[in-house]
Amino acid sequence: MKLPTPHLFLLAGLAVAFGVSHFSEHIDPYHLDVLTGVGINVILAVSLNLVNGYTGQFSLGHAGFMSVGAYLAAATTVIWGPMLLGEDGGTTFQQGLLFLGALLGGGCAAALAGLFVGVPSLRLKGDYLALVTLGFGEIIRVIFQNVESLGGALGLNGIPPHTTILWVLVFVALTIFVVTSLVNSTYGRGFLATRDDEIAAEAVGLNTTRYKIVAFVVGAFFAGIAGGLYGHFKMTITPTGFDFTKSIELVVMVILGGMGNTLGVVLAAVILTLLPELLRPIAEYRMVIYSVLLIVLMLARPQGLLNLRLPGSKNSAN
Amino acid sequence: MTEFLQQLLNGLSLGAVYALIALGYTMVYGVLRFINFAHSDVFMVGAFIGYYAGRLVPEGTIWGGIAVLLTAMVGCSLLGMRIEKTAYRPLREPIEFNLVTILAALIGGGAAFYLTRDVFPSDYAIALRIISCWAAAEAASWLARRTGLKIVLQRTRGGAPTLNVLITAIGVSLLLEYSGQLIFGAAPRTFPAIFPSLNFHVGGLTISTNQLCVIGVAAFLLVVLQFIVFRTRIGTAMRAVSMNPKAAALMGVNNDVVIAFTFALGSALAGAGGILYAVNYPSIDPLMGVMPGLKAFVAAILGGIGNIPGAALGGLLLGTVETFVAGSEWSTYKDAIAFAILIVILLFRPAGLLGRFTIEKV
Repeated sequence: MKLPTPHLFLLAGLAVAFGVSHFSEHIDPYHLDVLTGVGINVILAVSLNLVNGYTGQFSLGHAGFMSVGAYLAAATTVIWGPMLLGEDGGTTFQQGLLFLGALLGGGCAAALAGLFVGVPSLRLKGDYLALVTLGFGEIIRVIFQNVESLGGALGLNGIPPHTTILWVLVFVALTIFVVTSLVNSTYGRGFLATRDDEIAAEAVGLNTTRYKIVAFVVGAFFAGIAGGLYGHFKMTITPTGFDFTKSIELVVMVILGGMGNTLGVVLAAVILTLLPELLRPIAEYRMVIYSVLLIVLMLARPQGLLNLRLPGSKNSAN
Repeated sequence: MTEFLQQLLNGLSLGAVYALIALGYTMVYGVLRFINFAHSDVFMVGAFIGYYAGRLVPEGTIWGGIAVLLTAMVGCSLLGMRIEKTAYRPLREPIEFNLVTILAALIGGGAAFYLTRDVFPSDYAIALRIISCWAAAEAASWLARRTGLKIVLQRTRGGAPTLNVLITAIGVSLLLEYSGQLIFGAAPRTFPAIFPSLNFHVGGLTISTNQLCVIGVAAFLLVVLQFIVFRTRIGTAMRAVSMNPKAAALMGVNNDVVIAFTFALGSALAGAGGILYAVNYPSIDPLMGVMPGLKAFVAAILGGIGNIPGAALGGLLLGTVETFVAGSEWSTYKDAIAFAILIVILLFRPAGLLGRFTIEKV
C-alpha cells in the first residue's frame, strides 16, 4: 500500500520532531528558543493562510483567536491544574496529558470563537470583513483586559513552561498536514472555488458560506493551539500581546509567502521570525521594513515574494 | 440632568472630531470603494504638524489657532495626495515604475537629509528636515521626469483586486505609524494650547472654549464641505465619479484629478480633526491615530458609507455613545463599544443609517 504524499510528509515531520527533541539537550538553548518561536509562528501563518490565502477571506483577527487559546490553555494549567493533579504537580506523564488537554481545549475554545465570529461576519466581503474581524479581535482583547481572574490588563503570569520543541514541531507537522490535506481533498477544492469566483462557485452548487465558516473555524482552532503553545513558552501572557500588530505580522507572512501557497507561507514565517533575531541592532526598523515590504510587494509582486509559481499559471493566487 | 447635558456636550465635541475623520473615509470610499486605512495616520500627522506649527504662533489666540489649523490642513492634503499618487494609483491603472525617477527622488531626499544635518539646530530640526527632504525628493523626481530618461522596472497592470488595495493601505498606515515612532519617538508629547482656553459655567454646566472651538470649527468645515460637494464643478465631478467612474470619464471628467482632489479634501479634514482632537486631549504620539481612526471608520459605516451627512451623523452618534459609556460603570469597555456597534450595524443594516442598500450584480 502506498501512502499519499501528505501522510509521508507528516510521518517525516513527526520523525524530525522526535529527532530534534531527542538531541535538544545538545542544542544551544537560545537556538532552541528561536526555533520554538519560529514553530509557533509557522502554525499561525499556515492556519491563517487557510482563511486568507486559500479561501480568500481577509481576516485581521487571527491574534484574537490566538489569545482565546492562550488564555484558556493557561487558565487550565494554572488554575485547574493544581486541583486536578494535587499540590505536588503529578507525574510528568500526567502533566503532559494535562497540557495536551489544555492545548486542545484552547484550540476548541478558539474554534468556537471562530464560529461565533464567522457565522455573522462572513456574510460580508473584502474590506468589511477585514474590519469586522479586526473589531472582534479588539473586543476579545478588551474583554480579557477586564477579566480580573485572568490577570486583567497585567496579564496572566506564572504559566508552567510546558512547551518543548517536541510539542511545537509535532503541532507544526499536524497543522501543515491538516491544512494541505484539507485543501487538496475533493471537499477542499471548494475553498479555492470560493476564493476564485464566489458567484460561479455558488452557481455550481457549492455552499460558499459553509466553506468560509469551515476555513474560519479550522484556522481559529490552530490559532488557539498556537496560542496555548505560546503561553506555555513565554510563561506570561498579556492582552496587549495579541493586538492588531500581531495580526498584521501574520498577514504579512501570508502575503509574503504568496496567498494560498503553504510552502511559501512556511518559508515566510521562518524568515520573518528569524529576521528580527538576526537584525537585533536595527530591531526598531522592523515594522518600517515590514510596511515598505507590504507596499512594494503589492505594487510589484502581488502574488507574493516566495510564491515561485509563474504569475500566469493556473494555480497562482488572484 | 446636568450631568447628562455635560456628558452630551463632551460627547458632541468628541463626535465632531470623529465626524471630520469619518468624512475622509466616506469620500474616499465613495469614489474608490476601498477603506483608506492610512487616513487615521494622516490625522496623526495633522496633530504633529500642529505641534510644531503651534509654537510659532502666540499661544491662546484665535488667529494663531486658525493659522495652525490651516497649516495642518494644507500639510495633510499634500500628504494625502502624495500617498494616493505613490501607493494607490499604480494599483488602479497601468503605471510604469521608472528607475530614473525613483532613484532621483531617493538621491534628492537623501542629499537633503545629509546636507541639513546641522543646518537646523533646534527641536524644529526634525520637522524642517522632513519638509526639506520631501521637497528635495519631489523636485529631483520632477527634474528626472523632465529629462525624459526611462528605465522601466515594472509595469503595473492596474485594476488590482480590492484586497491588494486594502493591504497596500494597511502598509501605508503602518509605514506612517512606525516611521513616526522612529522620527518623533514613541513617548507622548504635550500639545501646545493654541486656542484661548476659558471655562464658562452655565447653570451647572462647564463649557470650555476648546469644546466650543471644536464643535464650531467642525460645523463650519461641514458646511464648507457640503458647499464644495454640491455647489461647485469639482464637487459635481466627485459625485459623478462616485456614481460611475467610466461614465464620468466618458463625459470628460478627469478621474485622476477628481480622486487626487478627494484625497486632498479628506486629508485636510483629517488634519483639522487631528488638531481639534489634540486641543481637547493634549497628548500626542505616533500611534494616536489608530483608535480614533478605527472609530471614525465605524462612524462612517454607521451613517452609511459614501454618504456625507451620514458620516457626520455617525460621528456625532458614536462620540456621544462612547462618552456616555466612558462615564458609566462600564467605562473599561469604552474601546469595545464602537466595534460592537459596528458589528450590530453590519449585521442588521449593512448600508448604515442613511445609506441605500445595493445588490451586487454579476
